[in-house]
Amino acid sequence: MDASRGSDGPLPPLWHYGETEHDPISTKTLGFWLYMLSDALIFAGLFAAYGVLDQTMNAAGGPTAAQIMHPVAAFWQTIAVLSSVLSYSLATVALKTGNRNGVLLGIVVAILFGGIFIALEFTDFASLFAIGATPDRSGFLSAFFILVATHGLHMMFGILWMLVLILQILRSGFNTAVVTRLLNLRLFWQFQASVWVCVYVFVYLRGTFQ
Amino acid sequence: MLVQLQGPWSWIFGRLTLDSIPYNNPIIIFAFAFSVIAGLAAVAPVIYYRKIGYIFREWICSVDHKKIGVMYIILGLVMMFRGFVDGMMIRTQQVTADGPNSPGFLEAQHGYLPPSHFDQIYSSHGTLMILFAVTPILTGLGNIVVPLQIGARDMAFPRMNAISLWLTVMGAMLVMASLFIGDFSAAGWVGLTPLTELPYSPSVGVDYWMWAIQISSVGTTLNAINIITTIIGMRAPGMRWDRLPIFTWTTLSTSIIGLTAFPILGVALALLGADRYLGTHFYTAGLGGNLMLYTDLFWIWGHPEVYFLVLPAFGVLSEVIPTFSEKPLFGYITMVAATFAIAGISWTVWLHHFFTMGAGPMVNTFFSVATMLVGIPTGVKVFNWMLTMYRGRITYTTPMLWSVGALFLLLVGGLTGVMLANPAINYTVHNSVFVIAHFHCMVLLIAYTIFAAIIYWFPKVFGFKLDEYNGKGFFWTFSLGTMTVFTAMFALGFEGETRRLDYLYDPQWLPMLIIEELGIGLYCLSVYYFFRMLYVSIRDRAKNACGPDPWGTARTLEWLTHSPVPFYNFAVTPEVHELDELAWRRERHCEAVRPERFDPIHMPRNTMIPIIIGIFAFGFGFGMVWRIWWMAGGSLFLIIAAVIISSFTPDPGYTITAAEMAELEKQHAQHGIVAESGSPLPMAEERLV
Repeated sequence: MDASRGSDGPLPPLWHYGETEHDPISTKTLGFWLYMLSDALIFAGLFAAYGVLDQTMNAAGGPTAAQIMHPVAAFWQTIAVLSSVLSYSLATVALKTGNRNGVLLGIVVAILFGGIFIALEFTDFASLFAIGATPDRSGFLSAFFILVATHGLHMMFGILWMLVLILQILRSGFNTAVVTRLLNLRLFWQFQASVWVCVYVFVYLRGTFQ
Repeated sequence: MLVQLQGPWSWIFGRLTLDSIPYNNPIIIFAFAFSVIAGLAAVAPVIYYRKIGYIFREWICSVDHKKIGVMYIILGLVMMFRGFVDGMMIRTQQVTADGPNSPGFLEAQHGYLPPSHFDQIYSSHGTLMILFAVTPILTGLGNIVVPLQIGARDMAFPRMNAISLWLTVMGAMLVMASLFIGDFSAAGWVGLTPLTELPYSPSVGVDYWMWAIQISSVGTTLNAINIITTIIGMRAPGMRWDRLPIFTWTTLSTSIIGLTAFPILGVALALLGADRYLGTHFYTAGLGGNLMLYTDLFWIWGHPEVYFLVLPAFGVLSEVIPTFSEKPLFGYITMVAATFAIAGISWTVWLHHFFTMGAGPMVNTFFSVATMLVGIPTGVKVFNWMLTMYRGRITYTTPMLWSVGALFLLLVGGLTGVMLANPAINYTVHNSVFVIAHFHCMVLLIAYTIFAAIIYWFPKVFGFKLDEYNGKGFFWTFSLGTMTVFTAMFALGFEGETRRLDYLYDPQWLPMLIIEELGIGLYCLSVYYFFRMLYVSIRDRAKNACGPDPWGTARTLEWLTHSPVPFYNFAVTPEVHELDELAWRRERHCEAVRPERFDPIHMPRNTMIPIIIGIFAFGFGFGMVWRIWWMAGGSLFLIIAAVIISSFTPDPGYTITAAEMAELEKQHAQHGIVAESGSPLPMAEERLV
C-alpha cells in the first residue's frame, strides 16, 4: 500500500458526479466489429471445409474444380460487388456533409450492383445444375455450393438491410441510430466484398489453374 | 435438393404423427409426469399469488442484467438436475447390466434400458450438462457480476442480452421437447459422424440435438459480444485495465474464446444439417465425404469450449479465496497472464481428443506438447491460490469449502489430464472410462466453483445469506459422492471398461460398479441438502438479511453497493482508486460513505421483443426438426420481421430524476431484485413493445 496516501490523508473523490454517458456510436461499432469477427470465423470454417474437400478423391468421379470454374463469369461478379462497395462508400462520403439525396442515390446504386451480383450467381448455379453438378453430387460440390451460397446469403441480407435503411432515412433522417447503422453496414458490406475476393481467388482462380 | 425421407410426411405436420409420442414407454411416462408436477409446483404459487403479470413484465420482459443472470442460473440449475437424473440412470443401468447373467427388466435384455434408449440418455447427459447447465450458469454469473465489478449500470446492449437468454432457454426447451415428442440423438453429445448422418440416424433425434445446440450457441455468441463490449466500453472512471478484478478478466478471456469458437461449432453443425436436409456429402461415408472434417471442426470448437467453461471457474476461485483468506490475491499480473495464456493455448490442442485417429507421430507430438503446455499457466494459478491462502486468516465458509474442494479436483483432473496428453498412454486408455473420470473431475471442478459462486454472490443479489449448515451438508455429501463415483471409475478405466456401454461383459467389474452406485446415493443426499439449504434460507431470510458486504472481507467493487443490488446498480458511479477498491476504502474507513447528492440517470425499458424472438426461434427449431416447412419458414420470417420492426422503434429509455433517486436510495431494500416496482417509476407498464 502506498504509504504517502495513508488512512489519515485527505480522500480523493469517491463518487463520479455528472455525466458518465458512454458514446453510443462507438459502443455499437465495437460490438459490430466483434460480430464481424464471429462472421469471419464462420467463413474461416467454410474455407477450411472447402480446402479439405477440394481433392480429386472428394469429387467422387463427378466434376472437379478445373472442370466447372469459370473465372470470367466470376470476374464480372467481382466487378459487381466491388462497384457496389464503391457506390456505398460514396454514400458514406455524402453522409459526412449530410447530403440526404447523395446518400440515398449511393445506396440505391449499391443495391442495384448487389442485385446484379446475386443474379450472376444464380445464373452460375443454374448452369451448373443444368450439367448435373448439384450439391448432392459429391463432397467437393457440397463444399463449393455451401461456401458460395453462404456468401450469397450474406449479400442478400446486406441488400435487405439497405432497403430498411432507405426507409429509415426517409422516415427519420440522420439520427444517431440511423447513422450508426449506416456506418456499421459499411463495415458489413466491405467485409462481404473482402470475403468475395477470397472466394474468387481461392475457389475460382485456384480451381481454374489447378 | 431436399432429401427424400422414409416414412410418412404431410404438409401440415411434417414428420410429426401420433406415433412420435412415446406414450407406451413407462420410463418416459414417469419422466413426463415428474416434469408436469415439477412445472405445476413452480407455476402454482405464481397463479395463486396472482403474480403472472409481475413475472411477465418484470422478469420475462426484463433487460436488467441481474435478472437475466438469475434466469440463466435457474435454467442451468434445472438442466443440471435433469442431467443428474440422466447420470443416475446411466449408473443404474450399468450396475444392473454387468455380466451375462444380469437380469433384464422392461424391454431390455440386461438392465432396464434397451440400447437405443440408453444411447439417448448418455447423449442428453453430455449435451445438457455442458451446453445447457454449466454454460448458462457461468454466462449468468458473468451477467450478474461483471457490470457490478466494473461499476456499470447495465450491459452495453441490454436488449441483446435478453435475446441471448431467450435463445438459450429455447435451445433447452427443444431438448426437453425431445423427451416427450420423438426422441433425442443417440450418437453421443459430440455427434459421432457418420452415425449422425441420415441413413444411420433416420429419426428426429439428431435434428433435435443439432438445432438445440445451434440456437443456444447463437445466444452464447451474442452474449460474448455483449460482455466484451461492456468490459471495454463501460468501465467506471478509474477502472484501469490493471485494476480490473480477476473474475472480469477471466470472463473477458472466456468471451473472446466464445466469440471465436462458437461460430466454428455453428459451421460444423450447419454442414451436418446440409447433409441431413439437402443431401450434401460433407461427412458421409461415401461420395467424397470426409468424416474427419467434422471431428476436427467439432473439436476446434470443443476444446476452446472446455476453457470457455474453466476460465470463469478460475475467476471465481480468484475472488473467493482472497475474500476468505483476508489477503489480496497473490500474483495479480501473473494470474491475468496465465488466464490469457490458457485461452491462447486452447486453440492449439484440439487434436488430443482423437490421438488414436491416425494423424501420425509428428502431428500427435505437436498436440501432445501443446497440451502439456497448458499445465504451466494452470500451475501458476494453483500456486497463486495456495500462496494467497498461505499465512492468510482463513475462514471455512461454504464458498471457501467449495473452492478448496475445487483445487483438489483440479489437481486430480489436471494430473490425469497430463497423463492423457501423452499419446502413448492415450492409446492405452482411449475411450475408456478413465478418460470419463478425468474430464468429470475437470467439469465437476467447474461445478464446485459454480456452487461457490452461487453461495458467494447470492446475498449480493437477493439481500440475504444462504444457510451455512445445510450448505456444508451439501458440500460434504456432494464431495463424498464425487470421490466415491470417480475413484472407482478411474480404477474401472484401467481395468478396461470402455465408455458408453449399455451392457458390460465382465462380471469382475461389479464391485466397483456397486461402489459407483453408492456414490450416486450420496449425490442424491446432496440434492436433498441443496433444496433444504434453499428452503431454510428463504424461510429465515429476515434473520439472514445482510448489508452491502455480507462476508465482511470482500475486496471488489460489487460489494460497495447495497444488497440486494438496486436495479440501477450504483446510485452514483463510483470512482475507482485501486485494484480491490472495497479493500482500499475499508482501509480508509470510508466504505460506508454514501454519495451526498444524486444525478438523474437514464435506464433502458423492459421489452417484449426478446421473448418474442425466442418463441419464434423455438418455432423455427421445432419446425426444422419435424420438417414442418411452413412453421420453420414462417418463424424465420417473423424473427427477421421482429428485428426490423424493433429497429424502427428504438428504446427511448426513461430517466430517474435526482429527487426520485434520493427517495429510492432511502428505501433501497424495497427495490431489490424480487421487489415489485410500483410508481413513480415507469418500469414496464407504459410501452411494452
